[in-house]
Amino acid sequence: MESSQIIILAIIATSLATFISRFMGALTSKKVSVNSKIFQWFNCVAYSTLAALLGRMIIFPAGVLAESFLFIRIVVLAICIIIFILTKKNLVIPTIFSAALLSFLN
Amino acid sequence: MINSKVFFQGLKSLKGSKSPAIPLAACFVALGALLKDAGFNLQQSAASSLFTYALPGQLVMAESLLVGASLVNIFIAVWLVNFRLYPMTVSLFPLLEHNSQPKWKYYLSCHFLAVTSWLIAKDTYKKINKKHRIDFWIGIGIGTWTTAILMTMAGYLSADYLNKDMLIGLAIVNPVYFFCMMIGAMKDLSVSISVVAGTILGPLIYLISAEWALLFAGLISGTAAFLFGEKNGK
Repeated sequence: MESSQIIILAIIATSLATFISRFMGALTSKKVSVNSKIFQWFNCVAYSTLAALLGRMIIFPAGVLAESFLFIRIVVLAICIIIFILTKKNLVIPTIFSAALLSFLN
Repeated sequence: MINSKVFFQGLKSLKGSKSPAIPLAACFVALGALLKDAGFNLQQSAASSLFTYALPGQLVMAESLLVGASLVNIFIAVWLVNFRLYPMTVSLFPLLEHNSQPKWKYYLSCHFLAVTSWLIAKDTYKKINKKHRIDFWIGIGIGTWTTAILMTMAGYLSADYLNKDMLIGLAIVNPVYFFCMMIGAMKDLSVSISVVAGTILGPLIYLISAEWALLFAGLISGTAAFLFGEKNGK
């Protein structure tokens, strides 16, 4: 197969694999009431799965981030969270600062 | 059909001190540069963000292509990393539900579900009248989705001007932004435990199984946090 065909098939496979979870979620949502326990459970699982992904992104990153030092990544994250709390939950300042700080320290 | 006032209210969530536009831009610029590296052309890069619009899955796809993985392997790896979108949808869409709204809005707009849009919607849905929440969501979705597609193209086009240190800097913006938003969301006990336990268990289980880590870490820490919250009155 040509490489451009492989890329197109990979885009289709990736998009399908992603949309399945979203669409199943929309279907399940029709049967879940906001006040039910199962909704609470889904809420907890959603937050913890997301947290697991973020923890993994910092400790075992994929892509270019893997070329920075673990210790530096954790320091940058910690400093930015402190800035976020000090600036009364401003998100723009810590995010811009994180890129600058990591580029500088690295 | 769509309440335009509420729609624009959703779209405007891209502005202000909680703006997701900058972190979204940073991570999709980095993705665009990576896709160029993986041999994509401009149209293919844009199509990837248009149809997939879920960064971790797109990263898995690009890396799998670079090591020559098969299509089936790519499909499974992406499904496992993006499976989080299932519980995320179920924990958001019931809040947007209203009998007067047509079903197609829900089935189409679920495509906009990604971490950024989800966190914004969870943070702000209470301010919107129940009847129009889905239109608010569509506004948030169109805004974040369009930003992602345009920034992927910008990243692709500027790849030659970005050096490695700049790309590494851009790549950390995403987890930092999400961590800050999650800390902002830690208002009740069960959510706080979910976040802390997930952050610890995710990388730990990754040491045992890279592919299944997210699924197991999410299920175990989410269930534990739910049970603990139930016992202690949330």
